[in-house]
Amino acid sequence: MSEKVLMKGNEAIAEAAILSGCRHYFGYPITPQTEIAAYMAKRMPKIGGTFLQAESEIAAINMVYGTSGAGYRVMTSSSSPGVSLKQEGISYIAGADLPCLIVNVQRGGPGLGGIQPSQSDYFQATKGGGHGDYHLIVLAPASVQEMANMTVRAFDLADKYRMPAMLLADGTMGQMMEPVEFPDIKANKVEKPWAVTGTQMKRKHNIINSLYLNPEELEKKNEERFARYAEIEEKETLYESFMMDDAEYCVAAFGIAARVSKNAIVEARAQGIKVGLIRPITLWPFPKKAFDEAADKVKGFITVELSMGQMIEDVELATKCRRPVIPCNRTGGMIPSPDQVLSAIKKIAGGDQ
Amino acid sequence: MIVFEKPKSLTDVPLHYCPGCTHGIIHRLVAEAIDELGIEGRTVGVAPVGCAVMAYDYFTCDMVEAAHGRAPAVATGLKRATPDNIIFTYQGDGDLASIGTAETIHAATRNENITVIFVNNAIYGMTGGQMAPTSLPGQVTQTSPYGRDVKTVGYPIRMCEMLATMEGPEYIARVAVNNVKNVRNAKKVIQKAFENQVNGLGFSLVEVVSSCPTNWGMTPQKALEWVNDKMIPYYPLGVYKDRSAAKEGKE
Repeated sequence: MSEKVLMKGNEAIAEAAILSGCRHYFGYPITPQTEIAAYMAKRMPKIGGTFLQAESEIAAINMVYGTSGAGYRVMTSSSSPGVSLKQEGISYIAGADLPCLIVNVQRGGPGLGGIQPSQSDYFQATKGGGHGDYHLIVLAPASVQEMANMTVRAFDLADKYRMPAMLLADGTMGQMMEPVEFPDIKANKVEKPWAVTGTQMKRKHNIINSLYLNPEELEKKNEERFARYAEIEEKETLYESFMMDDAEYCVAAFGIAARVSKNAIVEARAQGIKVGLIRPITLWPFPKKAFDEAADKVKGFITVELSMGQMIEDVELATKCRRPVIPCNRTGGMIPSPDQVLSAIKKIAGGDQ
Repeated sequence: MIVFEKPKSLTDVPLHYCPGCTHGIIHRLVAEAIDELGIEGRTVGVAPVGCAVMAYDYFTCDMVEAAHGRAPAVATGLKRATPDNIIFTYQGDGDLASIGTAETIHAATRNENITVIFVNNAIYGMTGGQMAPTSLPGQVTQTSPYGRDVKTVGYPIRMCEMLATMEGPEYIARVAVNNVKNVRNAKKVIQKAFENQVNGLGFSLVEVVSSCPTNWGMTPQKALEWVNDKMIPYYPLGVYKDRSAAKEGKE
């Protein structure tokens, strides 16, 4: 499938997952991501794969744990309240060093919240989410094409580093239709000698486990994991830089907020304000260096988020609070307009323009 | 001539269980079933959270340690990915009948082709003797110090009876390991539960009425008597569902 097709973001994820060699999907219905499950329910039986609607999000993520343990590419998808339910299983998956893909098509919270787009699971996604010392690789798509591309990337990174990866999208990304193409996606096969495929009486038994009752052993395990995390920070951090060459101000935004911000930046430039954008593509690892270097050049930052302000803390940390950072937030399922972002840019650029 | 030896499917790791605990017997019965069916090389076990958490060190087959109650879901993920492998879970009463009730019932209703070994000793052993979903009415535990009061905490759950009402599962049976006769029967039933999976018949669960001398505060001998006098009357032994036998008019 190399021609352009018009697809919903959720469907693009599902198709890209299949092209990436994922033949096992476990999920539970929740708006606004159910199209992924529906797509998988249609396709998987036709291609010898598994689609299983689990009894709960908890069961779904534990099915993922089982299939990943057996050495197969596997995914689940959900939206915010459902992803909260999955956190126990995600912590076990991280603790057992298993690869998988978890998609969170975020909606407003907390609690049952709403069903409109949100980015308010940023903390949950990037700081661990479940219990214990761990991270996920977190990718933040900003178009339907990126929904597809990042699904492929997420599977590859998860396998490469033996850890769960998350696609952190939002209801807009999931629901909107855009042209997308699926270039030659290689279903990368990674050797998994640790998988529980049955010993075939040829080797000692493999054990998938996250229990280490000896604290020295657990500490060592966690340190090893964080050494791998350091390598990921070094090699896998991704961001987009937009109109930053001569920028005096920098907008920080990801996903749908970055798209809105670009419109505002073009307009601000038309009005003579030199402003650019840094769009984190990996939310973990966060592009700390890009922001740190930007802080040497710009006078201030504007963070645009569909939350009460969560990524702002990482921008402040990355820039060591050397420059003012002002938030431009909408929450509860609301999306900032380009005008709102423009007002925030004008505010920091000085004066009551 | 060797007249008695350790099953091949058990490792040499010394079991950590308390004196008088029946987990050792049940591990052995599971290992014997695996040996006799010749399936060790394609068997994957799923250990629970609870006393048997370290079962992954005791079986020679590939093993997975699941979160508390989630073993049937983990087993589902394993079985769907590797349908030719034999997947079993080994779970306690808190794991299977309390925190994992949903996973148990839904794996059963899907007739997931897995084998579930359910060890019911009416108490939480690993955490030091708290009330279990299967603790008997009036049973004194750390969290029911005045005896299980059914008016405030409800009645113990009879899982086999409940699961046997469902269309889904293939085989549901309850056995005990409190005397030689019962152990011999338990061996047959556990083997049957594995055979069913080998034959593609589906969800087979064996509840093993078990003892916990340490947390019951009894000698091992007294504990086995308590199994006979108190546990079995509330949890009658027998085959509660056997679809294939029923189809053949054997039941």
